[in-house]
Amino acid sequence: MSLIFEKSIPGRRGITLPRCDVPVDTAIPANLKRQTTLPLAELSELDVVRHFTELSRRNFGLDSGFYPLGSCTMKYNPKISEKVASLEGFMHLHPFLPQLRHGGLLVQGALEVMHTFEHMLCEVAGMDAFTLHPMAGAHGEMTGMMLIAAYHRDKGNKKHVVLIPDEAHGTNPASAAIAGFVTQSIPTNTQTGMLDIEALEAAINDDTAAIMLTNPNTLGIFNRHIAKVAEIAHRHDALVYYDGANLNAILGQFRPGDAGVDVMHINLHKTFATPHGGGGPGAGPVGVRKHLEPYLPISRIQKRKDNSYTLEYDFPKSIGYIAPFYGNFLVILRACAYCMLLGGDGLRKVSENAVLNANYVMNRLKDVYDLPYDQTCMHECVLSAKRQAANGVHAMDIAKALMDRGFHPPTVYFPLIVKEAMMIEPTECESKETLDRFIDAMREIAALAETDPSKITEAPCSTPVARPDEQLAARQMDFACR
Amino acid sequence: MTPSDRRYTETHEWVKIEKGLAVVGISDHAQKALGDITFVELPDTDQTVEQDDECGVIESVKAASDIYAPIGGTIVEVNDGLDSTPEIVNEDPYGEGWIFKLANFDKDQFEDLLDAADYEAMNEEEDEE
Repeated sequence: MSLIFEKSIPGRRGITLPRCDVPVDTAIPANLKRQTTLPLAELSELDVVRHFTELSRRNFGLDSGFYPLGSCTMKYNPKISEKVASLEGFMHLHPFLPQLRHGGLLVQGALEVMHTFEHMLCEVAGMDAFTLHPMAGAHGEMTGMMLIAAYHRDKGNKKHVVLIPDEAHGTNPASAAIAGFVTQSIPTNTQTGMLDIEALEAAINDDTAAIMLTNPNTLGIFNRHIAKVAEIAHRHDALVYYDGANLNAILGQFRPGDAGVDVMHINLHKTFATPHGGGGPGAGPVGVRKHLEPYLPISRIQKRKDNSYTLEYDFPKSIGYIAPFYGNFLVILRACAYCMLLGGDGLRKVSENAVLNANYVMNRLKDVYDLPYDQTCMHECVLSAKRQAANGVHAMDIAKALMDRGFHPPTVYFPLIVKEAMMIEPTECESKETLDRFIDAMREIAALAETDPSKITEAPCSTPVARPDEQLAARQMDFACR
Repeated sequence: MTPSDRRYTETHEWVKIEKGLAVVGISDHAQKALGDITFVELPDTDQTVEQDDECGVIESVKAASDIYAPIGGTIVEVNDGLDSTPEIVNEDPYGEGWIFKLANFDKDQFEDLLDAADYEAMNEEEDEE
């Protein structure tokens, strides 16, 4: 398919611009003025529509098919949330309004949405306060790590090490390191698939600022010892950071705050069904228990005695600003709408069905694919293509073969602690019929890997792009148009 | 075949004594597991490292992995060619794909590393798990 610039015909126009009715001869010095015209593509409106329609047809999204990308919770984005987010009264708000004199009166609805949603998240997570500012999960992690640093600094603690299980999300050590901590990995117990408590006891000491864990972890296993982990941490005045990216498994079942977790983030673009992928925008609100609340970023929403809402900035211990304005407001609004639509019982069912679907897929595939940690999983399961790899069919080949069969591949080669990993997260949105079709495809691929491996290693043959050169793409990031 | 003229670590590095220096690289098994290598972060020279210190990173299309010092010593030379052609580690892990060289290295630690047969046995055991 050619680029839109390659389709350009000099002089062709899609629209007629209105006559310019303001002076164009501005004070820009001649040497700063563009000497040539902008090299924009020149096409008719119909050409443009066809170009982008064709591109969208080549795309694969949740609205086109099953998307079991483990760890990413690619769930359906209900259209009613989009409708709410496109209400003019929300969409056209200027972010400066709340800071202008009397401007707060004009944004009471938006402030109420944020205030209400903060309280909903507190209820879901068992935390005492939330900030909605972080713009993505990793941004939330970094914010949380900065809160932990602020807490220790305030107490005069000299602590610089963050312990992270090797089954945690890959962003966890990166976020801790960016926030200035030294990270130390804690091994997973190979029997339980959980953080090894003995290894934790051996590693923790007075230098430990925090334990940062993902629960359920990247093996899709819920760490049942989380309260014990928190108790061990607190004995050393270390805090517990809980990566809540996998919250979809535990809504209404377990609240991290109740187990002694001090700080956590939640990915709205995962659990709360806001749009996701292709750059988001995402949202990674951070929740804390009381002792960390003074350090939360500013601004913070307060409800006045007369039930009106206002933004407060006077928090001397705050870590300050971490994002422009108040986070991705329209994402927050969508998530709030999703929670209000489902209610508490609905959210509980979300997790029950997400876990049921993952276990169904796991149990119907574990006789043909290796299952390294054979136990009830949470919202996702991790299979291994080790058996197929003996025939030269690797996880990547299986992923490609799934594309030919109309499915988005699962996450492959992650978590790193499982060889030939395939991480499948069906989410609660999918029907049994869809899951059965996926299972049939996976079983057919496993059978072909035995009898006719080249059929799999040569896949895909039906997609617009087959096997991009990932090595070249990683090494020579050249996005320039020819 | 795993060359028997050198020793190996459980984290898949190899060490070979050559002209009084300890040459370090990663094993064929490791490069296969990593897949196409896109970047090698080399350690600084003239630094003294302890056994098991992190001293570099290998990035591939699948993952980023730390390189550990298999034995203690002073890093005196690094394979600069890997900056522009990291794929050499895939193509020739035991030869041109070496990563760094240590002087004043710990000979006792070297003797305690795995030999080729033990290293192969370890990988086979891992595969069976």
